[in-house]
Amino acid sequence: MTSLSDHAGFLPLAQLPSLVAQLMAHGYQCLGPALENDAIVMRELATADSLPRGLQAEQAPGRYRLTQDPQQRYFAWANGPQAIKPQAFAPQESLWRVERDAAGALTFAAVLPAVRPQAIIGVRACDLAALALQDAHFMRAGRRDAQYAQRREQLFLVAVQCAEPAATCFCASTGDGPTPTAGYDISLAELADGFITVAGSAKGAAVLQALALAPATPQQIETARQQGEAAAAAQTRTLPSHTLRDSLMSQLEHPRWDEVAARCLACGNCTAVCPTCFCHAELDEPALDGLSSEHGRIWDSCFGESHGHLHGFNVRPDIRSRYRQWLTHKLATWHDQFGRSGCVGCGRCIAWCPVGIDLTAEVAALTASEVPS
Amino acid sequence: MNAMPHPVHAGPPHAATVVARTQESPGIFTLQLRLDDAAAQAAYRFAPGQFNMLYLYGVGEVPISIMSDPEERDVIGHTIRAQGRVTQGLAALQPGDTLGLRGPFGRGWPLQEMGGRDVVLVTGGLGCAPVVSVIHYVLRRRERFGKLVIIQGVKHAEDLIWREQYDRWAKLPDTQVLVAANEGAALWPWHVGRVTELFSLARFNPERAVAMMCGPEGMMRAAADSLLARGLPESHLYLSMERNMQCAVGRCGHCQFGGAFVCRDGPVFDWGQVKTLLAHRGY
Amino acid sequence: MNASTIKPRVAVHKFSSCDGCQLALLNLGEDLLTLAERVELVHFAEAGPLNPDTDVDIAFVEGSVSTPEDLERIQHVRAHSRMLIAIGACATSGGIQGLRNNADGAQWIAQIYSHPEAIASLQHSTPIARHVKVDFELWGCPVNSRQMLAVVNALLLGVAPRDNADKVCTECKRHGYPCVMVTRGIPCMGPVTRAGCGALCPGLGRDCYGCYGPAESANTDALAAQFAHLGLTPQAVAQRFQSINSQAPVFLAAAGKARTIRDE
Repeated sequence: MTSLSDHAGFLPLAQLPSLVAQLMAHGYQCLGPALENDAIVMRELATADSLPRGLQAEQAPGRYRLTQDPQQRYFAWANGPQAIKPQAFAPQESLWRVERDAAGALTFAAVLPAVRPQAIIGVRACDLAALALQDAHFMRAGRRDAQYAQRREQLFLVAVQCAEPAATCFCASTGDGPTPTAGYDISLAELADGFITVAGSAKGAAVLQALALAPATPQQIETARQQGEAAAAAQTRTLPSHTLRDSLMSQLEHPRWDEVAARCLACGNCTAVCPTCFCHAELDEPALDGLSSEHGRIWDSCFGESHGHLHGFNVRPDIRSRYRQWLTHKLATWHDQFGRSGCVGCGRCIAWCPVGIDLTAEVAALTASEVPS
Repeated sequence: MNAMPHPVHAGPPHAATVVARTQESPGIFTLQLRLDDAAAQAAYRFAPGQFNMLYLYGVGEVPISIMSDPEERDVIGHTIRAQGRVTQGLAALQPGDTLGLRGPFGRGWPLQEMGGRDVVLVTGGLGCAPVVSVIHYVLRRRERFGKLVIIQGVKHAEDLIWREQYDRWAKLPDTQVLVAANEGAALWPWHVGRVTELFSLARFNPERAVAMMCGPEGMMRAAADSLLARGLPESHLYLSMERNMQCAVGRCGHCQFGGAFVCRDGPVFDWGQVKTLLAHRGY
Repeated sequence: MNASTIKPRVAVHKFSSCDGCQLALLNLGEDLLTLAERVELVHFAEAGPLNPDTDVDIAFVEGSVSTPEDLERIQHVRAHSRMLIAIGACATSGGIQGLRNNADGAQWIAQIYSHPEAIASLQHSTPIARHVKVDFELWGCPVNSRQMLAVVNALLLGVAPRDNADKVCTECKRHGYPCVMVTRGIPCMGPVTRAGCGALCPGLGRDCYGCYGPAESANTDALAAQFAHLGLTPQAVAQRFQSINSQAPVFLAAAGKARTIRDE
């Protein structure tokens, strides 16, 4: 728990709005948890004191139900369907634009998003681990994605230690949570009477400095540490701690792929809520007057037919091959690309699968020692 | 593996103009393009095996291999089968029309490793486009290489384009041309049957040869089996892969083949890199 | 080539339908004026021009073939159109009126109308492609203006329109709507239904009812099993598939399968 360092401060419960106010004063549009369409989503906070209390959700495979935290805490919910991903990797955006004159000559110009500094309050350790992977993909040295970089560099991240993991969470087994250790500007741990605060960047330190907080006491730090340990211990799902690369790649013809394909809707919800999935399709939207066209990208999914489309044949014509592509990419070949697994244990793919397919259960079945012949 | 450095073109395409258009067969055409920006055209370099993204106004982009000779500096050639929305639209372009071009992308053929070796080229269907620039490259520097064996398979006899070129190449010294069509036609001078049936006729020294393949994966697997059985070292067998590509810079995710992004890490791979996954249908 | 020099001639024909898809064109507003500069609207009864018999480059056909008159007229339309685009659920699957295909239509007519002999109706309501060659199908009940514009734009550019057979879920998630199956346990048809509507219903917290027809790789078995798990009776499961696009083969088979479970 390196994050709860000697420099930790203590923000009394009643002063949480002053943190938000400080961010607003620094020019940040502040996003925080909100209830919308029966789920906890990240929306703009109207005022510094509009962070809601008591939000909670019970999660299970294919199931997400809002509940109420009896202790009325601010951050006693595990996660919602999205956190950071849509803010950095937009679900749909323009990449460039082309104009065509009367003679048919084309003029191309890049399109960059108009973004303002944005603070997201309440992101989790799993979200930060996922963002680091998205950064590795979209901001690869020498190949920075201009649109992603523009959005990403405006982000200010206020992380929160997870005290109440959902039944679908398994970040402890992937090594990515529940306590944030890197990638945030400010990290919070919510205690009964306030928050332990830690700055993770110069930007974060500047904001905290302005609040002139008292240092956290050793007892407060110890309480938060124990809270993190308890949250890890409370997780009921796990992925094996060793790398799954070879064990999954040696099971490419396992009968379990057929079995899961019979249950899978190939709706792509898992890929949309997955905070590390990066696939996107590019398409053109020509203006009706015939004088210009907008070339953009939209989130795409390896569960769709068009993902593996080639003229003449489809590389992945069935749900079996698509599920296999998704799972083996996420947990096996991701190691080749990014030096680690693509799963951060957030459990979103489990909760938000309409038929409740459980990634951890599929992995267990695929890597069980007795392989049916 | 050819690691020729090249500028990354992830941004908008450059405007290019169709300089010439040739109808190669009823469904196949060649566009010779020139970048409108003269400096960009002068600076444009590519390695055989690399590809460009061609953009048709209002419709979209499509990856197309570069078939011209890398030494030819004033035009960039692309041979295209009119198959999808973009390529059918490209087929309608005429000299003087404008389109977008960005590239070149990917890794090309291992030309520097071919020196002194027999060169065996195996292609199926329109697979000949990515290797035709290799043929040009070898013919221009004929003294640097051993035998040149060109093996080409097509489904129907009418699909064979550049027939006169094959005839011409067949007459060159130390050059062997073997062509097969699954379905022949009247006056078809070459083999009728599978392209792999021609391998026993190919004359080259497996121990000092390098082979390059392009075409349907089933054909390439069969060709690899045959070449390796003749004693070609696995490290001297290369192939060009085809996958859905939309960004060409390893970002959009469609072209992933295991851990590789075909657009960036390929499209040319050595056999050892891909042989395991190629055995699994649907990967 | 300057695209604006050649104006394609366009007709909009109505068959057995509610006219709702034609509204997708009328609702374009200002865009309709721009469109009128690029195409020549020669027949579009809802908008004014009447010339059903003239030769056109593009014919949009709304509605199903449901009457003896439809049967004859669709051949005529095809013969006079270079490209024929079927728009809407009626034209692509037979529409809501296709529900009669599995019932005793004559008996319904006798029960409902005081002069049943005045009704000339075929036994089955069928999609346009059942009768003539269709160059492109645009699914939806109704289709929307954005889709119509994309089709017109593609044709003006001389290419085939882009066929989006992805699932409604893909649009739903891009909009950031939480899945209603997961949050509310309601039987959403989104996972087997074609995108195009922008996930209108799930965006309002409702379950999709499949009005855009079957998507690619629609795993109706898995969805029917989940509907049963959510508490739907086999008959209710069958009814989910028997709505606007009841005659689309994938939905027809799914409904039939669900009914078999009931009969067992």
